[in-house]
Amino acid sequence: MTDLFYLVPLLPLIGFLINGLIGSKLKNEKLIGTISTAAVFIPFVLTVLTMSELLSLPPESRKIIVNYFNWISAGNFSVNYSYLIDPLSVTMVLVVTGVGSLIHLYSIGYMHGDRAFAKFFAYLNLFIFAMLNLVLADSLILIFLGWEGVGLCSYFLIGFWYEKTFTGEAAKKAFVVNRIGDFGFMIAMFFVFTNFNTLEVSKFLEGLSGYQVGDSLLLTIALLFFLGATGKSAQIPLFVWLPDAMAGPTPVSALIHAATMVTAGVYFVARTSLLYAMSPVALNVIFIVALLTSLITATIALKQNDIKKVLAYSTVSQLGFMFMALGIGAFWVGIFHLITHAFFKALLFLGSGSVIHGMHEEQDITKMGGLKNKMKITYITFLIGSLAIAGIPPLSGFFSKDAIIFDSFLNFGIPILLPVLFAAGLTAYYMFRMVSLTFFGTPRYDVNQLHPHESPSTMTLPLIILAVLSVIGGFIGLPELYGTPNFLMDWLNPVFADANKTLAAIHPPHAHEVSQELIILVVSVVVAVIAIYLAFKKYSSVKEIKSPEGFGKVLENKYYIDEIYDAAIIEPVRKTSENFLWKIFDIKIIDGFVNGIARYISNISFDWRKIQTGVIQDYTAVSVAGVILIILYLLFI
Amino acid sequence: MQNILSILIFLPFILSLPIIFFKKDNEKLIKNYAFLVSLIPFALSVYLFFIFNPGKGEYQFVEKFEWIKIIKTNYFLGVDGISLLLILMSTFMFPLSILASWTSITKNLKAFYFLIILLDAGLIGVFASLDLILFYIFWEIILIPMYFIIGIWGSEDRIYATVKFFLYTMFGSLLMLIGIIWLGFICIPFTGGEFTTDLTQLTSVAYRIPLDKQIYLFVLFTLSFLIKVPLFPFHTWLPDAHVQAPTAGSVILAAVLLKMGTYGLIRFSIALFPAAFVKLTPYIAVLAVIGIVYGALVSIVQKDIKKLVAYSSVSHLGFIVLGTFAITDVAMQGSVIQMINHGLSTGALFMIVGILYDRRHTKAIAEFGGLMKVMPVFSVIYTIVVFSSIGLPGLNGFVGEFLILLGSFYSSNLGTNLYSIISTTAVILAAVYLLWMFQRVMLGPIDKEANKSLKDLNAREFLSFVPILVFIVWIGIYPNTFLSKTESSVKKIIENFHENQKKLGNIKLENNTGDKLSDINK
Repeated sequence: MTDLFYLVPLLPLIGFLINGLIGSKLKNEKLIGTISTAAVFIPFVLTVLTMSELLSLPPESRKIIVNYFNWISAGNFSVNYSYLIDPLSVTMVLVVTGVGSLIHLYSIGYMHGDRAFAKFFAYLNLFIFAMLNLVLADSLILIFLGWEGVGLCSYFLIGFWYEKTFTGEAAKKAFVVNRIGDFGFMIAMFFVFTNFNTLEVSKFLEGLSGYQVGDSLLLTIALLFFLGATGKSAQIPLFVWLPDAMAGPTPVSALIHAATMVTAGVYFVARTSLLYAMSPVALNVIFIVALLTSLITATIALKQNDIKKVLAYSTVSQLGFMFMALGIGAFWVGIFHLITHAFFKALLFLGSGSVIHGMHEEQDITKMGGLKNKMKITYITFLIGSLAIAGIPPLSGFFSKDAIIFDSFLNFGIPILLPVLFAAGLTAYYMFRMVSLTFFGTPRYDVNQLHPHESPSTMTLPLIILAVLSVIGGFIGLPELYGTPNFLMDWLNPVFADANKTLAAIHPPHAHEVSQELIILVVSVVVAVIAIYLAFKKYSSVKEIKSPEGFGKVLENKYYIDEIYDAAIIEPVRKTSENFLWKIFDIKIIDGFVNGIARYISNISFDWRKIQTGVIQDYTAVSVAGVILIILYLLFI
Repeated sequence: MQNILSILIFLPFILSLPIIFFKKDNEKLIKNYAFLVSLIPFALSVYLFFIFNPGKGEYQFVEKFEWIKIIKTNYFLGVDGISLLLILMSTFMFPLSILASWTSITKNLKAFYFLIILLDAGLIGVFASLDLILFYIFWEIILIPMYFIIGIWGSEDRIYATVKFFLYTMFGSLLMLIGIIWLGFICIPFTGGEFTTDLTQLTSVAYRIPLDKQIYLFVLFTLSFLIKVPLFPFHTWLPDAHVQAPTAGSVILAAVLLKMGTYGLIRFSIALFPAAFVKLTPYIAVLAVIGIVYGALVSIVQKDIKKLVAYSSVSHLGFIVLGTFAITDVAMQGSVIQMINHGLSTGALFMIVGILYDRRHTKAIAEFGGLMKVMPVFSVIYTIVVFSSIGLPGLNGFVGEFLILLGSFYSSNLGTNLYSIISTTAVILAAVYLLWMFQRVMLGPIDKEANKSLKDLNAREFLSFVPILVFIVWIGIYPNTFLSKTESSVKKIIENFHENQKKLGNIKLENNTGDKLSDINK
């Protein structure tokens, strides 16, 4: 399979070129959509084959590097265009192409009739190509190529409906905020190359053996890369772009801003797990940032009324859970939650798209209500997704989230367990506030004007498949408790072997009893059930939503973080640039000086011009005076 | 073709002479003829590119004739990988800028196209000269056509801009002339009693000039180059010149003329004055970094689209200067490829501004908005160029920027990675000013009546962009085509530099023991 593996990223690229160059001339939505979906689905099949091939190898040799060509070569710097095929990258490719093809399929229905139908699919394929590069790349700089490529597609797709004013603004914000993270990523790469003389991930990780755990250089590199991750994966302080990114079409939110691109930071930390295992401080930083992000955004989600905004803040919060897992050093758990989240969050976003579609572009949940009878499939699948994210057994989210909660407890004890449980409870609460407001109660829209309807089958089929995955997805990583084999952990752990060994040497694994695990499991389920009950009770039959007051208002306004950034950073930079750098320094000082010299010279010349009187007697007098002076000089000095 | 460089320089010039005799009102003939003539040097330089031997760091296609015997000035031409790429880029941009002028230049066509071809020839001369006097002559020849192009075909405030451009750069040129003469004199003891302006000969001895005098000479040359670049704070002529210049003038100014400065730094400042170069590196590196950030910040707040692009040049050129002063092979290769990249992306940006100006006769950003709807093809091109300029991996700008920042990060000549780290902030700022410009021009609703009926690109306009886009993608995906041409040349420059440093150390040692070389210091 590996000699055909180049087709995996190549097909989406070809799909992009076909739809990008001649798509608008095809004038056939079905054909465009089919080409585009096939360009993602065939790679999925190929990767399944690759996976079965890898499985037939012994675990320690499941690592294949395929080299294509030399990309950049200058002096002692040389970087190859090469891919690394191992359990981690294969897992990511499966998520990207698997969930990706479902979302492509869904988009055929969702984008029906859009003026730029072909362009949309071209961008989606380009995104898949860039994302596959990101997860397959063997060197940091090639990862960065994918990293920036997905950012570019995100920019295009957020701003897809460019005629609205705010889409362009949101697209730019996403790109620029991500660039702040990229700044960290680039500096980290410079440090790596300077000290390890390579940008290849595997060589870099091998080079780490020459360093002590806790080395300050490694910490610097780890934190700089994490800065990059906070950009792409929307963590504090750079999460502000993701909620605005909801300006893009809903399939984009599902694919890019929930299931795949935003998990790039999680993937990257897992990919360089040894680096982080060797920098315990960085792991702690990651955990703290993740926990705070998760809490802050989950509270914001409580008071949002835009169905997509709730899901956006929820995504940020769930990404926080993934990073918490990484911060504990449970790398496979981070990836586990990444996978289950890809299922249920893609499902929820696509479900919200179906709702928006059925409600004729209405996104405000306070203007919905009682949709469960009108959109049956959407309702049931959405409910499944919500139960999954809330952590109700035996749905997928339950297993992955429980693993995180339990590992937090093992590592940090009760004081950390409580806020983590609280964040999990908030998740259940805001989800069921949304479910209740959307599907239960009585309509709060004008029933005579608006007739909600179920979406076409190209849209509901992906919903059903994703719902099934959300139900069963958790079984790939069953906890020890049941004494069953944990497929995902065994599959991924060879990749994390060095990191796990290092961590085990720092703090020996905590001995724990199954009873502890059972108690935590029960507690987390109870928390979720109570939260669901409270939310349902409060919102399922509410007639009118009052706008919040007090702290609720702060939450509704997202803690005013955007306003604070604006006042503290953006405006000062802009004002200084305009009013000082440009208008004073450039124009008054530098140019004033330049023009001043010119004026000075011309003024002097103007004065000296008067010497040229044109009167012959004056010239004679000066000449004679000169001659006399010369004679005096020669005689006396 | 033994004299291919001479042919490159003089053939277009000779072929441009018939333009003078064309009928004034036969505009079509003048334009077509000028376009065809401009293709000849490009074709020749493509040929040059293929027969160039990348394995050799030495000058190739050398031509040397005795010229002014008394000062031992020769007609001396030759190219290495660096000049090769610059010649290729410059001959590449000329046919495109002629296409960009097709309808926007409406008066004195004969003079305009004649001057454009003259400029083309002069620029090749600058990059191919290996004698200081010859170099100086070409350097000055460039000023004349540029002066008229801005002064005659420019916008309202063109006279102020032309005079400013001319005086600024003339001031620099004169410093260099003084430098050339002084250098010739000061090297007489080392060359066996001869005054010479032969670059290769001077390169092999000039490092022996005592440090204090070397610093003066270095400043005389380098200041002239830095004004041309232009490096902060010598940059204020650039925005004015760009805003007033016609599209072709801006394209050539940004793409090629500014590179004369950065090329001069590599060819002369490093090679001739290694000790002074090291000594003054911190000052120039600080200016480069300030320029990178300052240019970007000032770009953000511009209201005139052309001024915005002009200030962005100040930022981008700062990178090239920083990479040059890092003196690592990675950074210098980055600088050279970035000269090409900046030529392509900023050249294309000025052509884009030209497209907008031709249609609306304004350069105020606020006058546009929502053009994507009426100009879809244009918007695709604009997007690619903007992201090339932002430095998106996969497109050309990234390769140069990354190599420069990486090479500067560990440069021992810069001595600290802070320069590189601070400069990297420009990756954020570039996204801010370019995307904001793009957003205000192309995205959002069309709210100005005048924009609703704008025409998309016609075939000529479209074709003038295609070649640039090809190279933007090519260099982004497979930069080795071009990097491999400069590899040996850059290595040689850096090796020479280190060798001279070492020899300099030996001389100092001998001086301490009272050697006869001590009279050099007088």
